[in-house]
Amino acid sequence: MTIAIKGSQEGSQVSRRGVLAGLGGMTFCLAFGTDGARLFSEAQANAMANAQVTPWVRIAADGTITILSAGAEMGQGSMTNLPMIVAEEMDADWSKVAIEMAPADASVYGYMMNNNVRMMAIVGSRATMLYYNDLRIAGAQVRKVLLMNAAERWGVDAATLRTEPGVVINPANGQRLTYGEIAAFGKVPAQLPKVDAKELKARKDWRLIGKGVARRDTPLKVNGTATYGIDIKLPGMVYATTLHSPVHNSAPESWNDAEVKAMPGVVGTVRLPNGVAVVADRFEQALAASNALKVAWKKGAAAGFNSVEALTRDYEKIHHDPNTKSEPVHTAGDAKAAFAAAAKVHKAEFHSDYGYHAQMEPLNAVARFNDAGDKIEIWEGTQAPDLSRTAVAQALGFKEEQVTHHQCYLGGGFGRRNGGMEAVEAAQIARAVRRPVKLIWTRTEDLAQGRFRPQSFQCLEAATDASGKVTGWRHCVIGDGGNALLTGGMRIGYYGVPNQSLELRGISHGVQIKHWRAVAHVFNVFAIESFIDQMAVDANMDPIQFRFERMGATPKARACFETVARMCDWKAARPQGRAIGVSISERSGSLGAGVAEISVDRTSGKIKVHKVWVAVDGGTIVSPGPAKANIESAIIYGLSSVLHERVTLKDGAVEQTNFHDYSLMRMSDLPDEMHVQFVDVDTRPTGLGEIGNPFIAAAISNAFHRLTGKRLRHLPFTPERVLEALKA
Amino acid sequence: MVSFTLNGRQVSVDATANTPLLWVIRDHVGLTGTKYGCGAGLCGACTVHLDGKAVRACQTQASEVANKSVITIEGLSPNSSHPLQKAWVALEVPQCGYCQSGQIMKAAELLASNPKPNREQIVAHMDGNICRCGTYHRIIAAVEQASREG
Ligand code: FES
Ligand code: FES
Repeated sequence: MTIAIKGSQEGSQVSRRGVLAGLGGMTFCLAFGTDGARLFSEAQANAMANAQVTPWVRIAADGTITILSAGAEMGQGSMTNLPMIVAEEMDADWSKVAIEMAPADASVYGYMMNNNVRMMAIVGSRATMLYYNDLRIAGAQVRKVLLMNAAERWGVDAATLRTEPGVVINPANGQRLTYGEIAAFGKVPAQLPKVDAKELKARKDWRLIGKGVARRDTPLKVNGTATYGIDIKLPGMVYATTLHSPVHNSAPESWNDAEVKAMPGVVGTVRLPNGVAVVADRFEQALAASNALKVAWKKGAAAGFNSVEALTRDYEKIHHDPNTKSEPVHTAGDAKAAFAAAAKVHKAEFHSDYGYHAQMEPLNAVARFNDAGDKIEIWEGTQAPDLSRTAVAQALGFKEEQVTHHQCYLGGGFGRRNGGMEAVEAAQIARAVRRPVKLIWTRTEDLAQGRFRPQSFQCLEAATDASGKVTGWRHCVIGDGGNALLTGGMRIGYYGVPNQSLELRGISHGVQIKHWRAVAHVFNVFAIESFIDQMAVDANMDPIQFRFERMGATPKARACFETVARMCDWKAARPQGRAIGVSISERSGSLGAGVAEISVDRTSGKIKVHKVWVAVDGGTIVSPGPAKANIESAIIYGLSSVLHERVTLKDGAVEQTNFHDYSLMRMSDLPDEMHVQFVDVDTRPTGLGEIGNPFIAAAISNAFHRLTGKRLRHLPFTPERVLEALKA
Repeated sequence: MVSFTLNGRQVSVDATANTPLLWVIRDHVGLTGTKYGCGAGLCGACTVHLDGKAVRACQTQASEVANKSVITIEGLSPNSSHPLQKAWVALEVPQCGYCQSGQIMKAAELLASNPKPNREQIVAHMDGNICRCGTYHRIIAAVEQASREG
């Protein structure tokens, strides 16, 4: 069994025609039409002039089945899961399956977005969710071809045959042909057989889906052999590091170029649109030289920006100013009328700070031009090889065909590794110094040049009628980043509130902001679920009961709440000094209700989370092991952000510089227990990479209220803020 | 020129005396299992053994290892056979995996001196190693399993 991930020095992209012409066995190509990604025969593929055709599944005569994976591997297991889905419908022997990373070509390997655009970006927990159907159909088509070939050889009707992993069997006489044996003589028909969704395997017949297989990357990650972008080494390669403008996106005016260039090993300096790169024979030399850089910067858009002041002063002003521009996010019924007729109106406000991804592998990329300078290769671990390739082509004035992208393992993604910024820089530097270049951002650069989860201010209002039912709902989020970064998680479709008005009010600071694990869900769900808890307390009701009776929780939401209530024995008394809180969130189609049990050190202000329970409706669980690990990971990511993480900007520059002042959760903060359970449903899979994260803030703050009678209204819950809340 | 033993093999590199061991190992020698996370002694991704003791390669100068023995993840065992590596695979500890060389090397130091650590001792020993993917609970379980089965 071989595991290949492109990223070795030699690793060159699969040449299309070359592969098609040169391989023995059977090759199934993939091309895309208006009806989605579909397999084609080699003959058909070759006949399609100019079509984007690439081998997807190859069966060799020795029985090895190579399946390409478009799942960028950042720890979530997609690299293994996607081929596993194909293998299930093929009825392949998993031990014979080899995985290779797919080339960076979204038109062939991308999943289909609603707007008929194909993408490879593994973001928003999309991989399994969006590839699932296409890959199952493709796998079933391959199986049908194998059956047809066996039937022809035996002179029987294909419908009478069946398969077991890796073998076609004739039940009438017990004859067997392995997939490898069939590949040795088999033909892939010019027109591949169609597969109807009804012909896919029934759930009860699954051998791999729902059971799971071992991740193929695990063995490489315990002995140092997994290749990340930062590990690539090319002959003649030089090293680069950068100093970017402390105030984001300001151009360098001048710097002590001669002094820096005279330093040991320095090959050159390169002007970037928003920084200076130093290139040297060794990384330590590049680092020393970049530390010696003294740069005068042009004034940046965020000059003078003070994030703490802005969040309280400016954001609240926007909220209270009736003339500020408001964008509707969602409306339902007639909120105005509901509030006019309300028996009672409830109100609450919340704040949230900037957050940094802190993926463990700092951004980096390797770039190499060919001798003629008209082709470039890029190595990096990225969530979106397609976007990276496009960005590099654009920056160099190249066509995409001139850019070859080699995917590597990602040392964490979380929304940060996507967009190709560092690949573009590596390309620009390589062009300038005419050498293969490895660019590594230092941790300090990675943080100072972060693309943050935006800070936000929110105001929520609810109208209740005489019976106490919530009849009207208003939610206003204020911040930088527009719809994409601010409004996720605002919609509360899992509740039945009839009249709603959700709005966004924008402000712009010139600070780099971006998607972050579940982004806006983090602060929106915190606000929504804390507010609901506040109303439940006011109504003197059990918070789960309140959500059922007064918020009209949907059956799906009820199932999650009921499951988590059972898991944590919701009504049971907690040990002295501890309390529990509950919360729910939606993300990427999944729904998760969670409970946290906490205690508070009233002297230090430190919150300790002892236990976490979460019940998740994620549709069909394709790979239970990695699914659970993903949710555990997101819980901890969430806990870390809720209890510790805070980016602040002063005079337009990020104040934090490394892990001593941007603190992440450590092992000693780990809850004693974490329990994840899936609510068993038979629907198509939904995203699981982020569902473990957004519920945690409100679960903690609601537990905090139960314990102390005080409410936490500003993320993160740092010890200072906790002490302040306790005093209030 | 600095000479030392790396994973049992004598190596000489033309690094300056103050070059961090991290870049000596990764770039001069070419063993990339040891990772760069913070460069400031704050994350533990670069943890290696120096004469049997876990050190942070980003905070160790080349001159400090002269004539000493350095073990990296690549030298912990042939064929990933160290009890920790086996437990790491069995319990599917790694997510992105980037921190895991450092985690395993740090845990190996613990088991070498304390073959049967309890949970508190594991946490106290491992607390300096960050895992951004949040695999801490699995790391604890894997150290416990390795200590039982090692
Ligand atoms: S890289 Fe050495 S401790 Fe972080
Ligand atoms: S596994 Fe990703 S940082 Fe630990």
